[in-house]
Amino acid sequence: MNALGTALLQFWKSSIGKKLIVAVTGILLVGFLVAHMVGNMLVYQGQEDLNKYAYFLHHFLHGWGIWLFRLGLIGAFALHIVATIALTRQNKEARNTRYAHEETVQAPRSSRIMIWSGLTVLGFVIFHILHFTIPVHPDLQGLKDPNDAKMVDVYTMVVRGFQNPLVVLFYIVAISLLCSHLMHGISSLFQTLGLRSEKTRLLIKRVGVGLALVLWLGFISIPVVVVMGALGDGSQEKPKPAMSAPASSSLDVTKS
Amino acid sequence: MNLTLKVWRQAHENDTGRIETYEAKDIPESASFLEMLDIVNTGIINDGGEPIHFDHDCREGICGMCSLTINGVPHSREQGITTCQVHMRKFRDGDTIWIEPFRARAFPIVKDLVVDRGAFDRIIASGGHIGVRTGSAPDANSVPIPKDDADDSFDSAACIGCGACVAACKNASAMLFVGAKANHLNRLPQGKPEKDKRVLAMVHQMDAEGFGNCTNQYECEAVCPKEISADVIAKLNRDYAAAVVRDAVE
Ligand code: HEM
Ligand code: FES
Repeated sequence: MNALGTALLQFWKSSIGKKLIVAVTGILLVGFLVAHMVGNMLVYQGQEDLNKYAYFLHHFLHGWGIWLFRLGLIGAFALHIVATIALTRQNKEARNTRYAHEETVQAPRSSRIMIWSGLTVLGFVIFHILHFTIPVHPDLQGLKDPNDAKMVDVYTMVVRGFQNPLVVLFYIVAISLLCSHLMHGISSLFQTLGLRSEKTRLLIKRVGVGLALVLWLGFISIPVVVVMGALGDGSQEKPKPAMSAPASSSLDVTKS
Repeated sequence: MNLTLKVWRQAHENDTGRIETYEAKDIPESASFLEMLDIVNTGIINDGGEPIHFDHDCREGICGMCSLTINGVPHSREQGITTCQVHMRKFRDGDTIWIEPFRARAFPIVKDLVVDRGAFDRIIASGGHIGVRTGSAPDANSVPIPKDDADDSFDSAACIGCGACVAACKNASAMLFVGAKANHLNRLPQGKPEKDKRVLAMVHQMDAEGFGNCTNQYECEAVCPKEISADVIAKLNRDYAAAVVRDAVE
């Protein structure tokens, strides 16, 4: 192997190297979350704006844009998960006998459940993709914008997708655990990157908790507002009241 | 005062070990924690038993030899002191006290509460020193060092290598120790030339010894008897990243 390859392998094998990878991929993932949350807020501007935004996402750079984006995200996500699972396993091995009388002086709860909040997010992401990205439920498939048939009616998909209170409950739990992950994660990444010091400590803590809470509020608001019926139905054909409709339900989605 | 002790007993490294209960009777409030154990041990020896083994040396908080995890916290909940500086007046009559060794895979138990902290020595040998003879102590101010650097280095040099940081860390990570020892030399003109080499070697040895990875929970900083700040860990992370990059391209 050449010198660069050896150096990279050394880096991956080292504790700090893997931690740096977790931190850098963490930044990318948090960046994605911020963009995703801000974009999602368009649901409050109404059906047309949200659908146009979704159309843009799927068509910028002739449709290549979203795939570049997805590739980067999947890469970062995979690296983050592989590195954190490796770190967590090493950490369990390093303390091979437990204290009979365990005590914690200052580590917050959120920092102690990182692997569990993370794995919940992983489960949630899979569910979320099957829910909205490649909707597997027939009620959410093939919806067209009432005014422009070339656009997908994401708005109605979202409103229908959150009719089932159990789905909404799962979103609330998963997003809350994501928030817990970030309460520790955001400030933690500054320490890992060597940017935390006497001067910056308090600011970093506040930014971390603040951003985690803003993301929590933004994401959680959508399912909650929808399930409370506070968001208009959109001008799609009569939505089904719940997602329990049989697969054969023939929805008139080809109004155009 | 009378106390109930729950003490970890383990005959040798490969013994499974167990918690055993002892009644400590008529302990003077003025006794230190280790003197309390001496009193209990005298009783055990008089009864023909095997005394509780524990580490200690100076008993004045400077050598770093004493250990013990007291009620789940290395060196007890008292801030900024070693176990030998803990006094019985901090406990109440009738208390139950849990006494366990510093637990980490990299610190194998020798007997009872005595652990082998040789891993720290091997980390120091890997790079926690200056590789050339720098002569005897220089005259004051013959090597100009900015005050901030001198203070920063000195704060790190306060580390007595007791291993409480490892014992307190949920992952048995040695980052506070390695961070302090590296920063102590890295900030000084005598230590700067070997900075990258030192950081790479010490981190490599730390990993090889089987210590865990830092998860930025700062339990180490909370128990450190010399109150070394986890900022040294941030510095180690930064210095390591820079050293890896320089090492790869130069
Ligand atoms: C949107 C998804 C996610 C985001 C935004 C995110 C963000 C972060 C951030 C910022 C950190 C702190 C990095 C550091 O300490 O330097 C972190 C740490 C961590 N993440 Fe995630 N994460 C996500 C998903 C996951 C998943 C799916 C897992 C599952 C394995 C996971 C497991 C962990 C663990 C165990 C840590 C702690 C690592 C350590 O402190 O050593 N994360 N995450
Ligand atoms: S015995 Fe020397 S520091 Fe406690």
